[in-house]
Amino acid sequence: MYEILEKNKLSETVKLMKIRAPLVAKKAKAGQFIILRINENGERIPLTIADFDEKEGTVTIIFMEVGKTTRQLGELEVGESLLNFAGPLGVPSEIEKYGTVVCIGGGVGIAPLYPIVRDLKKKGNYVISILGARNESLLMLEKEVEEFSDEMHICTDDGSKGIKGFVSNVLQKLIDDGVKIDMVMAIGPVIMMKVVADVTRPYKIKTLVSLNPIMVDGTGMCGGCRVSVGDEIKFACVDGPEFDGHLVDFNNLMLRNRRFICEEEEACKLEGV
Amino acid sequence: MAVRKTKHEMREQLPKDRIKNFNEVPYGYDEKTAIEEAKRCLQCKNRPCVNGCPVEIDIPDFIKHVAEGDFDKAVDVLKTKTSLPAVCGRVCPYENQCEGECTLLKLGEPVAIGRLERFLADYEREKGVKIPKGTKSSGKKVAIVGAGPAGLTCAGDLVKKGHDVSVFEALHAPGGVLMYGIPEFRLPKDIVNAEVDYIKKLGVDINYDVVVGKTITVDELQKDFDAIFIGTGAGLPRWLNIPGENLDGVYSANEFLTRVNMMKAYLFPEYDTPVKIGEVVATFGAGNVAMDCARTSLRLGAKKSYIIYRRTETEMPARNEEIHHAKEEGVIFRLLTNPIEFVGDDKGILKSVKVIKMKLGEPDESGRRRPIPIPNSEETINIDTALVAIGQSPNPLIPQTVKDLKIAKWGNIEVDEDGQTSIPGIFAGGDIATGAATVILAMGAGKKAARAIDKYLKEKN
Repeated sequence: MYEILEKNKLSETVKLMKIRAPLVAKKAKAGQFIILRINENGERIPLTIADFDEKEGTVTIIFMEVGKTTRQLGELEVGESLLNFAGPLGVPSEIEKYGTVVCIGGGVGIAPLYPIVRDLKKKGNYVISILGARNESLLMLEKEVEEFSDEMHICTDDGSKGIKGFVSNVLQKLIDDGVKIDMVMAIGPVIMMKVVADVTRPYKIKTLVSLNPIMVDGTGMCGGCRVSVGDEIKFACVDGPEFDGHLVDFNNLMLRNRRFICEEEEACKLEGV
Repeated sequence: MAVRKTKHEMREQLPKDRIKNFNEVPYGYDEKTAIEEAKRCLQCKNRPCVNGCPVEIDIPDFIKHVAEGDFDKAVDVLKTKTSLPAVCGRVCPYENQCEGECTLLKLGEPVAIGRLERFLADYEREKGVKIPKGTKSSGKKVAIVGAGPAGLTCAGDLVKKGHDVSVFEALHAPGGVLMYGIPEFRLPKDIVNAEVDYIKKLGVDINYDVVVGKTITVDELQKDFDAIFIGTGAGLPRWLNIPGENLDGVYSANEFLTRVNMMKAYLFPEYDTPVKIGEVVATFGAGNVAMDCARTSLRLGAKKSYIIYRRTETEMPARNEEIHHAKEEGVIFRLLTNPIEFVGDDKGILKSVKVIKMKLGEPDESGRRRPIPIPNSEETINIDTALVAIGQSPNPLIPQTVKDLKIAKWGNIEVDEDGQTSIPGIFAGGDIATGAATVILAMGAGKKAARAIDKYLKEKN
């Protein structure tokens, strides 16, 4: 059992939890994910690791309540436990000295971006962070990200905070202003990552994206998380979750992420969540 | 009295009933039938059946006790060689193993060894399983990676020899393929749990949610344990590599079966994991896993369930019993037919599969006649779901993360006959070493490795 040690509400639908999972905390690296299950009847869901503390033996997850399991998870309180919590899974981010790196986080994607920003900065990169969300209440971790960023840009779709517009607009402006960018790391909604990849493609700027397809086991067995990357079928759980944004078939990913939308609605309705 | 030429029948649920439920298909022998069947055994001196058993069960001995009505003694004989008799008695391909060697084959049908094993295991489980007394501790520690048939067998054998055994399992449940792969109606999960419980009561410690290679590494295990057995099984599914394979509605057999079996999607929404199949399902492949997919689909409510296979029934890798059950249940076999493209609608949802007719040509390297497409014989079959059941490649996690471990061409771990890998003290067996095979071969590999590990530990002293 994996105890919930801390719980914070980051916005109406986004929550942070610190979970006691010493073995996972010991091995966790930026860019990896975990698979959790709440109870005996529960499904296995992947969540990207938002932070970890080896000494404390804790792993932090940040999740948006979008379906039955995440809503149920959000209802759990400090002191309660999760039945299963396995990880860290996936290949960690490649933290190297690239030079100037633009880190882009959209909505709840800011959470897994944070440890990457931190590690890239510690490695000596010049880090420009762009955080975006639909509105101010959906932004998160601005202070934390800013601490490890040389430049910080915030934007919202409705202009309630920062620039009114999308993260891709900010990125385009940086490019237009002649900023020499060596690498772009983008985590957020699939559509955001697709647009970011489209922006950088003509300039051949290396662009990594972190994908979140539907998974079952998360250990390289079921193939449910397959994505088309270039000419190949890749498995996000063991080959990813980060891939070259210029090669990912985002349209197919969006479609595959909607596979069980009707069942999800049915489950939520029955549960009254 | 002349020996009866045929096996005693085992009663089964009628096909029309069983396709509406997930309950086990056969009911098993009653005591009287078991005794009568056991009496058919000739008690051959040369014991050919034992040679056919990968885990070396003393078959004539346990059958003799059954014939005498002494089921407890029979169970004791069985349990000295296998810790998973209820599993083996259900999913072993006996016809190619023990029963394939039976002298009675010259006369007619072999002794129903599999059914007798199953009977005994069920007899013991209902009565309450006896736990043998612990052996004196050897003071040696062994780590087993993966709680599937290979790992559990290896663990059971080693703990009986007095070693301290810890199993590390990536998933939240034990059993490996017994739990996620083989459906409830062929192998009830309560039975798997009961056999795992027996192994735990022998003193084996099972740790869940530990993904070796990620949560802990093999290097770390080497520091804490005197020997390691790797039984991580088959991994990533193989694909047909035809257009449209990523459409919504195309599943690997692994994903489909894991959802239904391990995550209990057939009980959705009581259980949270969904699966959806629509009205027409096509399964590609013709092994046991393919039969499981096709038969599961019917139970989930499919109106039509096809097996689409490019060769003929003779070349099908599935057991005859599975093919027979699938046919009885109304699975439609489209043989000499090969898929060439999955077609979806504008939303990316699978609608049909384009297939082409095949004919058999000259034998290929596998010895089977190679299927060749017949020009201009394309056809479109409307389907809602496609299940790709054409095999798996070995799980990549351990090969990816252990330095100096010799890996063969297909990604499996190289081992010698005893399961010894290229690193002293590290052993491997089952699908991770041999490529996808059967439960009993994995168990056999676990058993051999246990013997080799025991020897290794003694010599290490």
